[in-house]
Amino acid sequence: MSDDQRFGLARQVTLPGPLPLDGGGSLSPVEIAYETYGTLAPDRGNAVLVCHALTMDQYVASPHPRTGKPGWWRAMVGPGCPIDTTRDFVICANVLGSCMGSSGPASIDPSTAHPYAMAFPVITIRDMVRAQALLLDHLGIARLKAVIGGSMGGMQALSWPATFPSRVEAAIVIASTARHTAQNIAFHEVGRQAVMADPRWNAGDYYSGEAPAAGLAVARMAAHITYLSEAGLTEKFGRRLQARDAKSFGFDADFQVESYLRHQGLSFVDRFDANSYLYITRAMDYFDLAEEHGGMLANAFRGTLARFCLVSFDTDWLYPTAESRTIVHALNAAGAAASFVELSSPYGHDAFLIDAPDMNRIVAGFLGNPA
Amino acid sequence: MTLRADLAIIADHVAPGSRVLDIGCGDGALMAALRDRSGVDARGLEIDAGNVAAAMARGLSVIQGDADVDLAAYPDASFDYAILSQTLQTARAPDGVLDHLLRIGAQAFVSFPNFAHWRVRGSLLWGGRMPVTPLLPERWYDTPNIHHVTIDDFREHLRSRSVVVEGAWFLSGGKRTTSAAANLLAEHAVFLLRR
Repeated sequence: MSDDQRFGLARQVTLPGPLPLDGGGSLSPVEIAYETYGTLAPDRGNAVLVCHALTMDQYVASPHPRTGKPGWWRAMVGPGCPIDTTRDFVICANVLGSCMGSSGPASIDPSTAHPYAMAFPVITIRDMVRAQALLLDHLGIARLKAVIGGSMGGMQALSWPATFPSRVEAAIVIASTARHTAQNIAFHEVGRQAVMADPRWNAGDYYSGEAPAAGLAVARMAAHITYLSEAGLTEKFGRRLQARDAKSFGFDADFQVESYLRHQGLSFVDRFDANSYLYITRAMDYFDLAEEHGGMLANAFRGTLARFCLVSFDTDWLYPTAESRTIVHALNAAGAAASFVELSSPYGHDAFLIDAPDMNRIVAGFLGNPA
Repeated sequence: MTLRADLAIIADHVAPGSRVLDIGCGDGALMAALRDRSGVDARGLEIDAGNVAAAMARGLSVIQGDADVDLAAYPDASFDYAILSQTLQTARAPDGVLDHLLRIGAQAFVSFPNFAHWRVRGSLLWGGRMPVTPLLPERWYDTPNIHHVTIDDFREHLRSRSVVVEGAWFLSGGKRTTSAAANLLAEHAVFLLRR
């Protein structure tokens, strides 16, 4: 298996497609960048698909090639971790529409030999999931032992058993939701408008020149606030000043929180494509799993035998506990095996990315791995 | 692993392979026993996050929630048994919880500590103090038991709601006591009910 070029770190495959899309039309070919960890069992029964959030990527447990930072869920995925790569075979793929090697607006459109830019089709969470299914076909994996994700990754994890009821044995959905609320859409629209208001955006056609970094940085700053809790921000920064003793009576980053947000914005633009940000936030805004199933969320889960595990965090106001409860009630109505717990954390929505013993114990237990 | 006496009675009387909802399931001890011994498809509802995490780590399907609020979301007749062990007296609306139990389960097990047990009576009568007993270990200000109930209260309630009693077990110090003297001698009671 180790000689098989389909498996390992930093893989990329071009699948012929066509991949039919929810918005009409189809994508062909479909490029997917991914990583695998661990060894696929002879019966292929130990495959765990990790789905990433909006601005994450396939580097779940290995260093990011551009930033050099460790994998974004290294405490969750690895030898002896809750998703134990000595037992589980882990796959993490860059989502459709993103910019780390999977097909997205920065990819070359074969019909023009130029980047797609805004000619890239608008995609949905379900399209991302269908693209992942194509990858699993390529890897020879018929059924997943589990699919897991936080935030937008949780939307995919939820969409998996709804879209492929017989291909998933278990779904772990952390800090997520079955639909974007008006408030969620509103924050995303602020971010998109910030990108589009940057003159360098140029209607998406900027790949031969300068990227709309200023607009994207503002988008990231606004979004980043939604990932943190008010108490967490207060504890971390309060009203403390940044490297100065007094207010400047100007518009420098006087406050530590301003400096922090500016840094978050600036470091983001080095690793992310502005058009990808537009496409993926759109996919999240379009996400409404009930709508895909006749308006009844329970109907999304009627056909599946998958077990579900939902985790929310008490300080997450982006996808608050009530959203997870809505999913749990629908799972109960559908008779699905569901577990749910709200964990306490000071870190807001980002809590799912931070090493948390309670979350680790739950995921390990749910997967049947040693805690 | 040994089960608490009331849970052992319930475990002995749940049909193998049935579907069970354990309301107030704690760390899932009964659910795990039912699953492992009788192949029961057990689901749980539990208010305490630490207990939920412990039960989930056992591979059980447990939802963090409040019986007073979340039972309404369960469909009618979706389980063979709904189980409420040592939780009735903690509900804000025990009668409403009981109604849900009988709606959700074809049958319902209810166990509760008997507030008319002689030791409880003695504590109040002779000591003039709120009883603190092995089954009711908390003091008046920190007890979750806000709706104390006696066996006779419960029987009267069942009669008034025309609930059918399919079985009843009364325990004192882990041993069975008779039905006739249960209200005085039993520390706790287990009822098997249906609509």
